[in-house]
Amino acid sequence: MTSSNGRRLHLAAALDHRPACEAGPYLESARLAERGALDFVTLGDSFTRPGPDALCVLSRVAPATRRVGLVPTVTTTHTEPFHVQAAVATLDWVSRGRAGWRIEVSTTEGEARLFGRRHAAPADVLWQEAGEAADVAARLWDSWEDDAEIRDTATGRFIDRDRLHPVDLTGTAFSVKGPSIVPRPPQGHPVRVVDVTEPAARPVAARYADVALVRTASPAEAAATRAGLRASAAASGRDPDGLRVLAGLDIDLGDGEYAADPGHGGGGPRATPRGPLYRGGPVDLADLIAAWHREGAVDGFHLVPVEPRRDLERLVNGTVSLLQHRGLFRTFYPGSTLRDHLGLARPANQYAATGRTR
Amino acid sequence: MSRDRQIHLAAHFPGADHTTVRADPRSGSQIDFSSFEHLARTAERGLFDFLFLAGNVRLREHKGRIHDLDVVGRPESLTVLSALAAVTEHLGLATTVDATFNEPFELARRLATLDHLSGGRAAWNVVASSGAFTGENFRRGGFLDHADRYTRAAEFVRTARELWDSWTPDGEPRPFAHRGRHFDIAGEFTVPRPPQGHPVVIQAGDCDEGREFAASTADVVFARHGTLEAGRAFYADVKRRLAKYGRRPDDLKIMSGVSVVLGDTVAEARRRAEKIRRQQVSPQTAILRLEQIWGVDLSAYDPDGPLPDIDPVPEPRFTRGRTRRGDTVAVAEKWRALAQEKGLSIRETVIEAGGRQSLVGTPGSVAAELEAFVRQDAADGFVLVPHLVPGGLDEFVDRVVPVLQERGVFRTAYEGRTLRTHLGLPEPA
Repeated sequence: MTSSNGRRLHLAAALDHRPACEAGPYLESARLAERGALDFVTLGDSFTRPGPDALCVLSRVAPATRRVGLVPTVTTTHTEPFHVQAAVATLDWVSRGRAGWRIEVSTTEGEARLFGRRHAAPADVLWQEAGEAADVAARLWDSWEDDAEIRDTATGRFIDRDRLHPVDLTGTAFSVKGPSIVPRPPQGHPVRVVDVTEPAARPVAARYADVALVRTASPAEAAATRAGLRASAAASGRDPDGLRVLAGLDIDLGDGEYAADPGHGGGGPRATPRGPLYRGGPVDLADLIAAWHREGAVDGFHLVPVEPRRDLERLVNGTVSLLQHRGLFRTFYPGSTLRDHLGLARPANQYAATGRTR
Repeated sequence: MSRDRQIHLAAHFPGADHTTVRADPRSGSQIDFSSFEHLARTAERGLFDFLFLAGNVRLREHKGRIHDLDVVGRPESLTVLSALAAVTEHLGLATTVDATFNEPFELARRLATLDHLSGGRAAWNVVASSGAFTGENFRRGGFLDHADRYTRAAEFVRTARELWDSWTPDGEPRPFAHRGRHFDIAGEFTVPRPPQGHPVVIQAGDCDEGREFAASTADVVFARHGTLEAGRAFYADVKRRLAKYGRRPDDLKIMSGVSVVLGDTVAEARRRAEKIRRQQVSPQTAILRLEQIWGVDLSAYDPDGPLPDIDPVPEPRFTRGRTRRGDTVAVAEKWRALAQEKGLSIRETVIEAGGRQSLVGTPGSVAAELEAFVRQDAADGFVLVPHLVPGGLDEFVDRVVPVLQERGVFRTAYEGRTLRTHLGLPEPA
C-alpha cells in the first residue's frame, strides 16, 4: 500500500476515446478503472476537440460506478466561472463526493471564434484568469456553510441566511457576486487538477491544485518540478502535503505479439512531440512506476492509453495487479470520496470561521 | 373522435418556491441525487413524457436579504439530467437554462451531449432573464435590455439549431458560420447531430412576446391557467399563431401546470388539500407574500389579523430574482375584496387567493377533469407539480395513471425511445 518512505501510491487513467458520443465506451472504461481501484479517471475536453461535453459524460458515468473519482476537463477562458463551479459541485453531488475538475484554458483563435466575444490571448493571461476561476470556484463552494440548511419549523426558515456568504470577487476578466446556487458539495471542494506542462499553469497549480500533472520522461525532472511546486505551495501559505504530484505518461502497452521497442521496454519513457510516451510491457511499466515512486520523484501516475480499450485493460489487469501483488497499491477502496482516495482532508470553509460567531 | 385524444404528462421537481411542504416528515432532501432518482423513476414507472427541472442562477432576495422561507439552492440541472440518463430508459429529461447568461456554442454542445447520452431524450426550457441583479454573477453583467430578451433568445435557439444541423448526414463535421445581431460565431461543432435532430424546445412566458416566441420556435409551451375557460382561450390563441410560421397545431404541445391532491372521497381530498395549503403558507410566508405585493415592510402585522389598510406601492422593488410580478396594485385590490367578502385574515387570504391546487378529488374525478381539459382544448397535457420531494408523485402514478389508461387517454407502454416520439412531435428537417 505504501512505499518504504510511507507515501501512498496514486494512480489515475484517461478515458479519452475517439469521439464516442454514446455512454457505452466511457462506462466500460470507467468500470475497468474502478476494478483496478484507481484513484480517478479523467476525460479531456476542449471546444475544438471532436466529442461530447466531458462533464456531462462523467455525470452519466457517476450513477453506474461507486468509488472511482471522476475528473472532467472544464475550460475557463470562454465559460462562465459561476456555471463551471455549479456544474462541478453538482458532479460531486451526483457522484456522492467523487468529483474533480481538470482546469484548462483555450488559447487558440479558433476557439475564440466559436464564442465571438474575445480574441485569443497569451497563455499567461489566460492562466491568470484560470487561477481566478479556481479561486472563485472554491469561494462559491464555501459560500454555503455545510449546515446552512436548517429547515426550522418554528420560524419557517429553510436556510439560515447568515450561513450563506457573498463572494464578491472581481478578477481581471470577470466578477462574481455569489453566493452559489448549489449547496456546499460533499467533498467541500471537489478536487482541482492542473497539468503544469505549460509554465504559466504552475503558479495556479501551486496555489489552488490538489493534484498537479507533470508530463516528463525524466524522473529527475519530475522530482525537480514536484519540489518546486511544493515550495511554491508552501510560499503561498499552503501545506505542501495537500498537493499530489502525478507523472503524466502516454502508454502503449503493445498488442502482445510484438516485443517492446528496443531501448524503451524497461528503459523508461521517451520524449515525443506529444509528450512522454512509455512503450513496452505491463510488467516493465509496473517496475517503472514502483521505481519513480520509491525514489520520491512523484506521488503517482496519470496514464493515458494510446489505444484506449487495449491499453487500459492491460494497465489494470497487468500493471496494477502486479503493483497490488507487491503491496504497492491498494486492492480496494477504503474510503468513498476522491479526497479519501488521494489522502486529502476535507477542506475547512473559508467563510465559516470569520463570517459569524456562534 | 376516432381515437381519443391522448394526454401528455410531465413531472416537475419542485424547489425554490413555496410549493414544497417541508413540515411533512416525508419531506426529503432537495439536493441528494437519490431524490432526483426517485422522482425520475416514479415518473418513468408512470410512463410520463418527461421530468422537468427548473433552474435559476441567482438566489432570490427579499428586502435586501436572501430569501429564506422557501426551498433555497439546487444542483446545476444539465449535470443532474446527465446522471438521470443512467437510471432511466425512456423518460424525457428537461430543464430550464437561461439564454441570457449562456452562449450558443457551449449550451448547444451540452444539450447535444445530453441528447446523445440519453438516446434522444433531452429538452430545453428557454428562459431569458434581463436583470442586472442576475448579471452580477456573470461576465457580461446585466447587459441586456428587457426588450431584447426575446430577440436574443430567438436568435440563440436559431443558432443552436444551426449547430445541431451542421454535421453532414454521414457524420462528418462541417464548418458553420452565424452572423446576427446578437451572435457572430464560426467554426466547427464538435458533436454529431443529436438523435432527436434537435432537442425539444420548451417555452413558458405568458406575455404576448412569449406566446409569439412559442408559436415561432417552441415544441412545448408551459401554461398555468386555473380555469377551463382561461385554458381554452390561451390554447386557441397560441395555436392560432402557428399558421403564420407554417406550423400545424399539433407541432406545438401546450402543457398546463397542475397540482393534484387525492383522497378516497372528495371530502377527504379537500381536507388534505386544506392542510397542505396551510403548511405551504406559514404565518411568515403569508406576510412575505403580502410584502411582495404591497412593496413595503409589513413585519409588524399579525398574520392572523386583517389586511393592511395602507395602499400598496406600485412597482414594488422588494423582491429580486425570478418571481411573478404582474400588476400588483390590481392584485392587492382583489385580495382586499376577497378578505372583505369572506372575512379572512392575512394568512387565510393568501391561502385562498394563492391557491395552486388545481385538482382536488378522487383518482376517478381527477382523471375525468384532466381528460375534460384535453377534450375541450384547454391543454394537450399537464406538468404535475408535487408538493413533496421525493415521494410526491407516487400516489398519482399508482392511482390516477391506471384510471387514465382505462379511459383510453394515456399510453400503456412507451411506443418509442425519444422524447419527440412520446410527445408526437415531428422530426426536424
